Amino acid sequence: MPVLLIIVPLLALLALNLPWMRLMNRLALWVGLILCLTQACLVIYAPAFFLEAPSLWLGRLFLFEPSVDYLSLVMFLAIAIVGAAALMVCRYSIHTAAEPGTCANNRFLVINLVILALTGMNGVVLANDLFSLYVFLEITAVASYILIAAEKGRDAFEGAFKYLIMSAVATALILAAIALLMLTAGDLSYVNIKLAIMASPHSGVVLAAVAMLVVGLFIKGGLIPFHGWLPDAYSAAPAAISVLLAGIVTKTTGVYTLIRIVISIIGLSDTLENLLLFIGAASMLVGALAALGQSDFKRMLAYSSISQVGYMVLGLGTGTVLGIAGSIFHLFNHAIFKSLLFVNAAAVEQQTGTRDMNRMGGLAEKMPVTGCTSAIAFLSTAGIPPLAGFWSKLIIIIALWQTGHIVYASLAVLASLLTLAYFLSMQRRVFFGKLATGFESLKEANAWILIPACALALITIGIGIGIPWLFETFLLPIRSLL
Amino acid sequence: MMLPVHYLFSTGVFFIILLTVTALYCILFSRNLIRILIGLELLTKAVTLLIALAGYITGHMALAQTMIITLIVIEVVVIAVAAGIVIGAQRHNQSLDVRTLRNLKG
Amino acid sequence: MIIDVFYPVLLFLLLLAGIWTVMTLNLLKSAIGLALTSAILALLLFRMDAPLAGVFELSVCAGLITVVFISAISLTKPLEGAEAQARDRSRIKRFIYLPIIVAIVGGILYALHPHLDLFLPPDSLETDVRQVLWNVRRLDLVGQILIILAGVFGVVILFKDRADTKGGTKS
Repeated sequence: MPVLLIIVPLLALLALNLPWMRLMNRLALWVGLILCLTQACLVIYAPAFFLEAPSLWLGRLFLFEPSVDYLSLVMFLAIAIVGAAALMVCRYSIHTAAEPGTCANNRFLVINLVILALTGMNGVVLANDLFSLYVFLEITAVASYILIAAEKGRDAFEGAFKYLIMSAVATALILAAIALLMLTAGDLSYVNIKLAIMASPHSGVVLAAVAMLVVGLFIKGGLIPFHGWLPDAYSAAPAAISVLLAGIVTKTTGVYTLIRIVISIIGLSDTLENLLLFIGAASMLVGALAALGQSDFKRMLAYSSISQVGYMVLGLGTGTVLGIAGSIFHLFNHAIFKSLLFVNAAAVEQQTGTRDMNRMGGLAEKMPVTGCTSAIAFLSTAGIPPLAGFWSKLIIIIALWQTGHIVYASLAVLASLLTLAYFLSMQRRVFFGKLATGFESLKEANAWILIPACALALITIGIGIGIPWLFETFLLPIRSLL
Repeated sequence: MMLPVHYLFSTGVFFIILLTVTALYCILFSRNLIRILIGLELLTKAVTLLIALAGYITGHMALAQTMIITLIVIEVVVIAVAAGIVIGAQRHNQSLDVRTLRNLKG
Repeated sequence: MIIDVFYPVLLFLLLLAGIWTVMTLNLLKSAIGLALTSAILALLLFRMDAPLAGVFELSVCAGLITVVFISAISLTKPLEGAEAQARDRSRIKRFIYLPIIVAIVGGILYALHPHLDLFLPPDSLETDVRQVLWNVRRLDLVGQILIILAGVFGVVILFKDRADTKGGTKS
């Protein structure tokens, strides 16, 4: 009963906000964690739960038959893991309002909004109809605007405003595309629109709709040349929210939706394939080059995120089963290692009080766990075997090679080297070397940050080592989608 | 002689495109944060009209109406949140000028 | 059927109201222009057999959103004196091109007169909007509840600060 993934969090939110439950503010974090962990366990241990036909009373009540496949399962797992990590970082870095007179508790509201954003993303993954997709995209987006601005700094408002404007324009494009597709199909479900597009593939209305849809999703995913908002939003957001945004929000709303729409609705034409390959390669290189020049820890990670999204779009652009499988696999890996890096960024920012990498140095001596897990994450991002990132990049590059895009394949290898370069520079400036002055009394972060960091690092290593098993269970079933 | 449906559609789309141009011009060239939001609203109006037109032409007006109602609910929430962000930004910068939002660079 | 002289006239008025909204110097007038645009759109919706959507557009967009904008304008401090004059002059310089651009785009579109090949789908069976809203799009209703919740949290988070900052400046 996948629809429970929306209903249960909604009921939990309503219960948490009943007036007589105000005293139970502390429970919010645990409710959120339990929701996330249940979701993760269900995906791992009982995938049949999602795949079974909805014949129960709930399915009839909500008149909704989601088409869940392996692609959705991977996304549910990623959403749950990143959500849990973000909630734990919330506990660590967002302080409760201690001053008397403030009625609402900031952390409580933030946790509520995180749960809302996670619910919205579950909805995005579940949707089998374009308008529902739009509704859930908006839920996720609105929750993210508020979360970015939640700490109310000057930068926070700036980042939130830029994200809001870009995202609203993207939404308008997507809605216009939905209207045009409705004009052709008369209906909004993926299946009917696909049939209508197949019936008249070269009609001007359909082409305009596809173009607007793809551009809208490029903006949401922060691809070149629409990436302007992304580093601002990521670096201005509170630490816990950066984990959520970078790890999963833009990947679900931008990349996953793009993959889903290409697979289920529009299909890949030659033009679209070339466009995806070109935009993907451009994002990959520009993101990596821009990351080299950053001195703000979180900004560098944000540009790195743009670069990794480029890989995913490249994989999609090959149009082969292997390429799309690699793309999804990279999305999942990226969710793990980029959240890990942002969790570490949160720890460093909280303990040192700065994000300027030039002022840091030798932190590994005082914060050994943070330094070690961050090294694992960056090796995985750069694609060093046998960590998870290596395998997904390898699959994408092989797919590119097989389809004859040798130039793009070599660009992907080059971008991987650039990734290694900027992460080595980061690691050297922040964690290695001599301890910078002023940090003599630095302490390691507390358990709320070490537990997610260690768990995410273990997942990255585990995926890298367990790849043969994963390839059978998660990646090969993607073939059935195409 | 044009069919009535084609007349409806092409006239509607003609004005929708012009309204979109107006809205985008407003978003791109305004320096006042509130005016950018007003441009955003105009853009949404154009999209609303397009949905209504699509519903009317295909005879799915009921579906189009449901979509428009949901869209309006979402629009209100977005604008309320955006207004909150704008007021917050104004409090920090003492100005509504978009050029004060240049702190983040790189 | 709505094909009569009012259809293009209303569309033209909609565009005119939109341009006035963007061009006017006074922010308050701009918000009122937006309400006017909404009202004209609501009229169009009424004439397209979408009474419920029209009512929503009229009450929520022309009413509630205008209230939100006007309160946002009154909560923020306007420029005064020479600064305001300089701002107005630079605005006129930037926005004088808008009608020209709209006219040019309109001219190009009219001249090209792109041929639109519509492949229309069959008509639907459900004709009552309440039926569709409750019986077909129930998931969207859940979505509406979620987004309204998000809006409530957002307003609480973003607006509660004012009491804090006031207290902060006093102490």
